[in-house]
Amino acid sequence: MKRSFSREQKLTIVNGILAIVAMIVIMQLWLLSATMNAFLGGDESVIVPAAVGSLVCLLLNAGLLRYIYLMERR
Amino acid sequence: MSDQLSIPPDGRPYHDQPQWRNDFPIDWPQDELVARRDFTKFLVLTSFAFVVGQIWIAFENFSRKRRGQPPIRPIAKLDAIPIGGAITFAYPEPHDDCILVRTAADRFVAYSQKCTHLSCAVTPEIEKNCLHCPCHHGYFDLATGAPTAGPPRRPLPRIKLEIRDGAIYATGVEVRA
Repeated sequence: MKRSFSREQKLTIVNGILAIVAMIVIMQLWLLSATMNAFLGGDESVIVPAAVGSLVCLLLNAGLLRYIYLMERR
Repeated sequence: MSDQLSIPPDGRPYHDQPQWRNDFPIDWPQDELVARRDFTKFLVLTSFAFVVGQIWIAFENFSRKRRGQPPIRPIAKLDAIPIGGAITFAYPEPHDDCILVRTAADRFVAYSQKCTHLSCAVTPEIEKNCLHCPCHHGYFDLATGAPTAGPPRRPLPRIKLEIRDGAIYATGVEVRA
């Protein structure tokens, strides 16, 4: 049986998820600027791994957001 | 929703209320929760935008590879450029401005004219042995195209040159990190 959280607990969880998502987004921003710099400098080796890494970050973020919505429905 | 402080006007519980009443709550604590959830949603959308940016870079890289080597194209006759003189030309595409400088009787250098900082046009300062970007005062070494001062961090793309039958030809572009 899934437990239901109080509003204070939900707020704590949302704050924690928000902090994690913010850190991941900052990392993606760094990844994008580094990839652009490499691309403009003619270095092609990092482009695909960086795109895959960024996609993994998005999936992680989407999963965390989904968890927030599922938690609110309980 | 026992955590709710206020009671809806029709007296029914919150889970029976229309969605908008839950999305725009009256209670401060609930509003705080919704605001942070929505901010998280906005950050996830930003995350999606970054992935789109990465895919766009990968696509541009794929297009660049498909284009292959640029064609060999004549730039000027040797005697058209005096020692210490410079001319501009477009290579490989008509909108890709480049600059050719004759630094000695038998020495020529050519670079893309777009500054690697924000794409302003660089101008040669041959007496100082450099290329200068007037927008943000970036400087590049005339012999190598490497950045020496100011905001640019990457060298100017070098145009490969070849001298044949008294004329200078552009044979390729060397993009450097």
